[in-house]
Amino acid sequence: MYLTLSIILMAAVTYLIRALPLCLFNKQIRSPWIKSFLHYMPYAVLASMTIPAIFYSTSDIRSAICGLIAGSVLAFFNRGLMLTAAGAVAAVYIAELFL
Amino acid sequence: MKTKEFLNGLRAGLPIALGYIPVSFSFGMICTQSCIPLWAALAISMTNLTSAGQFAGIHLIAVNAPLTEIAVVSLVINLRYMLMSLALSQKLERMPLIKRMLISFGITDEIFSVASTRIGRVGFWYMLGLILTPYIGWSAGTLLGSAAGGILPGAVVSCMGIALYAMFLAIFIPASKKQKSILAVVIFAAAVSCILKYTPILSSISAGWATIIATITASAFGACVFPHREEKK
Repeated sequence: MYLTLSIILMAAVTYLIRALPLCLFNKQIRSPWIKSFLHYMPYAVLASMTIPAIFYSTSDIRSAICGLIAGSVLAFFNRGLMLTAAGAVAAVYIAELFL
Repeated sequence: MKTKEFLNGLRAGLPIALGYIPVSFSFGMICTQSCIPLWAALAISMTNLTSAGQFAGIHLIAVNAPLTEIAVVSLVINLRYMLMSLALSQKLERMPLIKRMLISFGITDEIFSVASTRIGRVGFWYMLGLILTPYIGWSAGTLLGSAAGGILPGAVVSCMGIALYAMFLAIFIPASKKQKSILAVVIFAAAVSCILKYTPILSSISAGWATIIATITASAFGACVFPHREEKK
């Protein structure tokens, strides 16, 4: 019962956060400042979620650094989401064999 | 036209789906290790579709936290979707409320990033495809991870944790290469995020709020210093 209730609650809260702005707000924003703000936002979200959290995403900060380097190199050469993720995971796995 | 846009969406969603599999796989594994049954792990992934929120959620469920705490933590961790939802309202073609309600379910960091960096407006069918493939990947990964939970060694679990962040790198690094202003915003956001994490008093701010503060300050910095001209194509 507790488990079911918590799942429903999490789903409801998460959905409302996502749905309210998109469903209630459908006017076109004119302000160039707000438009620029929204243009930069996706990158700002991703960067702030990645750094510094990525350093603590594995069991050892040194293996995380190896993963970060591998991922950054693959990303820099436009290798796509899948290959970048797989490469970073592989780098961490190999690094942890030596730690 | 509808079919073509739907297929375009499915195709654009495929790399996200593949990137989601290791992340949701580790989610499923952690669920099993926290004694959360397979049906519940799958139900969480299929109704929430959010990485950080789900990981925090099962952690709270595993320690029998009060429901109010679960609600508040979900709210704070996922509050960034509100910004994304608002940004997406500017990017979508006009469509009836029911379609907007359906699409809002699929706003994740990656789906939002792909949709909002596409040139021109995005329509309902494209969004549906773009959401569907990652949704399947996210659910399938959870199912497999939860089933494999007890079997795989800890070393494998540990190295999967980085997959999510590597996906983020794959989105913001190529964009930073193309536009110096994006690079500046990325560095600014990372710096604010580090300051919030490592400064003694500020470090008591939760991760969810830290993300929101870093996002708002860095985007505002970008908008002030590098006003963006929209290229209409």
